[in-house]
Amino acid sequence: MNIPASDPKSVTGKPLAIDETVDVLVIGGGAAGLEAAIGAAAQGLSVLLVDENPVSFRTMGDDVPLHFGQGMAANARNRTAMMEAFVASEPRIEEAFEAGVDVRLGAACWGLYANGPALGWMPGLVAGLADEDRSLLVQAQHVILACGRRDMGLGFPGWEKPGVMGATAALTLATRYGAFGPRQVVVLGSSTEALTTALALRAAGVTIAAIVEQASETVGDVALLAGLREGGTEILTRHVVREAAGRDGVEAALLAKLDENGKPAGEERALACDGIVLAVGTTPVVDLIDAAGCKVAFQPERGGYAPVLDASQRTSVANVYAVGDCAGIWAAKTRDRTIAEAEAARAVAALGTAATGDQAASLPVPECDISDYRLAWVRASVVEARAEFHVCQCEEVTAREILEVRPPRYLDWQNERRNDRSLAALLGEGPPNPDQVKRLTRAGMGSCQGRRCREQVAALLALGAARPLSAIPLAGYRAPTRPLSLSMMAHVPEAPEQAAHWDTWFGMHAQWVPFWEVPERYTVATNDATGPVASE
Amino acid sequence: MSEIKGASVIIVGGGVTGLSAGWWLARDGTDVLVLEKGMIGWEASGRNGGGCSHHHSPLFAEEQRLWPIMDELLGYPTEFQGERVRLASSEHQMALYGRALRNAERQGFQSEVLDVKQAKELVPLAGDTIVGGYHYRFGGHANPHRTLQGYAWAMQDHGGRILQHMTVTGFRTEGGRVTAVETDRGPIGCDSLVLAAGPQTGRLSAMLGQEVPVQSARCEMIVTEPLPLMPLGGVDGCGLYGRQTLRGNLAYGGGPHEWLAMAEEGTPAKPTTPLMLHMGKRLAELLPKAAHARIIRSWAGVIENTPDGRPVIDRLASQANVVVATLSSVGFGLSPASGHAIRDLVVDGSCSFADISSFALSRFAELEPNWRELQGWQVTAATETLSA
Repeated sequence: MNIPASDPKSVTGKPLAIDETVDVLVIGGGAAGLEAAIGAAAQGLSVLLVDENPVSFRTMGDDVPLHFGQGMAANARNRTAMMEAFVASEPRIEEAFEAGVDVRLGAACWGLYANGPALGWMPGLVAGLADEDRSLLVQAQHVILACGRRDMGLGFPGWEKPGVMGATAALTLATRYGAFGPRQVVVLGSSTEALTTALALRAAGVTIAAIVEQASETVGDVALLAGLREGGTEILTRHVVREAAGRDGVEAALLAKLDENGKPAGEERALACDGIVLAVGTTPVVDLIDAAGCKVAFQPERGGYAPVLDASQRTSVANVYAVGDCAGIWAAKTRDRTIAEAEAARAVAALGTAATGDQAASLPVPECDISDYRLAWVRASVVEARAEFHVCQCEEVTAREILEVRPPRYLDWQNERRNDRSLAALLGEGPPNPDQVKRLTRAGMGSCQGRRCREQVAALLALGAARPLSAIPLAGYRAPTRPLSLSMMAHVPEAPEQAAHWDTWFGMHAQWVPFWEVPERYTVATNDATGPVASE
Repeated sequence: MSEIKGASVIIVGGGVTGLSAGWWLARDGTDVLVLEKGMIGWEASGRNGGGCSHHHSPLFAEEQRLWPIMDELLGYPTEFQGERVRLASSEHQMALYGRALRNAERQGFQSEVLDVKQAKELVPLAGDTIVGGYHYRFGGHANPHRTLQGYAWAMQDHGGRILQHMTVTGFRTEGGRVTAVETDRGPIGCDSLVLAAGPQTGRLSAMLGQEVPVQSARCEMIVTEPLPLMPLGGVDGCGLYGRQTLRGNLAYGGGPHEWLAMAEEGTPAKPTTPLMLHMGKRLAELLPKAAHARIIRSWAGVIENTPDGRPVIDRLASQANVVVATLSSVGFGLSPASGHAIRDLVVDGSCSFADISSFALSRFAELEPNWRELQGWQVTAATETLSA
């Protein structure tokens, strides 16, 4: 009997086609990523820095990687102009080029893979990259993640209309590209992040009609607030948007005051605007971090779910670091880029050294309880909405359908025998799990990959279970963290030995022997495992 | 800590096999309790291709009888859709895939051989990459997660209970019978026990003196954005299995697996790998008119296999009131029938509707102790982690 050293149908001995190998891969070309790349290059290391921006107009239209909300001006269609504007708005990109960093813009990282307890196939740290035309695999000795931030979505009737967008997307369009469509906007939220965004938009020529805050007091820096008020911005506390009105896009925000129970009451008022900027919750981009298996935890002082880091910005996965906004967001850091740059410098100094076990320094106390604050927004805007709307725009799922865990509408499941299968029925002994609710309702399963709804779904589950946001597990992220076409996959060749042994399933002969031919005893020695097998 | 009320039958494992068995027992009026270490259906049961066409199995006839009526029986939607198409990209594949036709025909189920023109008519997303295919007038596919929840809810409708986040630490035995399951929340008494704990079935059965030999592995799948619905969603071939969901997404898997050491407790990590690229390339070959479609998700599952890849559904010789069940990596589609078989073994002592002697544990009586090494099912992940 000829016994193979390893199961030929397994991954063992099937090499991955690695296109390039570098010392350091930096993902994200903002303040922290650039500092990390330039610093690592100065140490004589080979450095590849990728940044997916500028993404194509179509990708922006899909609300990837940010909630652009169709708020792009016409010039965003001009990729060359967008590229020039992107480089011109960040002088250190040029500096990185000159420092010998291999800078690739318009190149997204869609996957990061590291060996762990349930994976031993990787030759080391492997990243999947893609530009418009091809995808490739890069192996790196060290990976520094500098993936930035994004915004929690917040729904209300009409929030799918062009002009409703996240603060980070608005800021990027206005200050990096000069391609921001709306001329007069309402900003939801009054944290320092929100106020900073409003002031930056104003500096870019946008009129800030109002700051709308559901809480009874504003949250952020009073000096920033005063600056906005002096410029003619209305500050409306205890208010929510009841509807984004308009035919083809936002033409007005219908606002209402909240009563002492947090319910919208009284007369509505239309405030003319062509944009509504969602700035109620800025959160670290942890998609690659989570998909790679790095430990992630709800950390209010870091802006929500963020990687667990040591004093040198190390994640729980060896040789993987997180710096800049993806490592944590707080007001002082947003206003002073040297804090993010210092994180990058710490990571670079730690490259190739053993972890010391030093814990990260304690961070400033957040200006409000972000769990209470975000839940209050979702309660006032989504739960108390006067009409049903799609919290998950891609799959068209409403808040009620999420809380009642309804089968998706395409099933037309009218004859359900029981109607009391609400969230409570799923709870069992644990907190509600957004991944479970996602699979049953489809909320978050669309082509925006949950970017617009995942924080809202988590908030709805927290409200439904009367638990804080921190009790709701993070809905898992998996590659590809950017949508990737099948035709792009062909560029990474398969190892010939993998192709030769490819089978639909485990490729075990004995598994598919029809039951009328199965021998009474099974031993490896008497099993005939020769010849071709095509699992069913 | 308040004592947990015992049950006539305790089922360890809230996967598709355990929940189907629980539903079959509960609808019979049996007092049944399912214990799950994490969340129900969180492992392989909720992470598979949803196929329902297992013509090699003694449970095939019952599988085929039940699927078309499962929505009605459960009272919850499974998204079952009948029939399947299998396309071949080479004459070699065409010959290999012919086995299904012969197996099914012997059991009274019909199929048709498709030429390229017929195949392309039946499968609008197919192209000139194929040489032909088969149209199986049996089988089909369903939505794993929804079906699983359907079993759980239907079982509860009949009075069955589920306890999640429970760790089983051992068993109490007396006179060759299990009398209670020991858990992290105290002992729970039972008259009969079913072990249907997937990869953990080996470890738990070993505690009762008769180990079901299994080894775990990780497999992966990909999902695209929705595409217009094809007349038949159950289309696979070219080395892939999968389906177009009723929403329109293409969900497919296939290719190499990685053997894993099993963590004794907790939920195992389920990382995906760049194998996604190779599955994607093959999916574009199977359905070239979908090549523009974008992958929006991938996932992995941890699955157990017995040495011959065939199920074990049997009563333990060491403990008379214990039934062990593993479907050995092919459990979802067979679940309506496997639950029925387990119910029969627990209540009547033997399967009423099929000869399941080929699922007997005794077939491994002469199995080599080092069968994992002999079959090359080595684990690399743990050592890689240490050296990283």
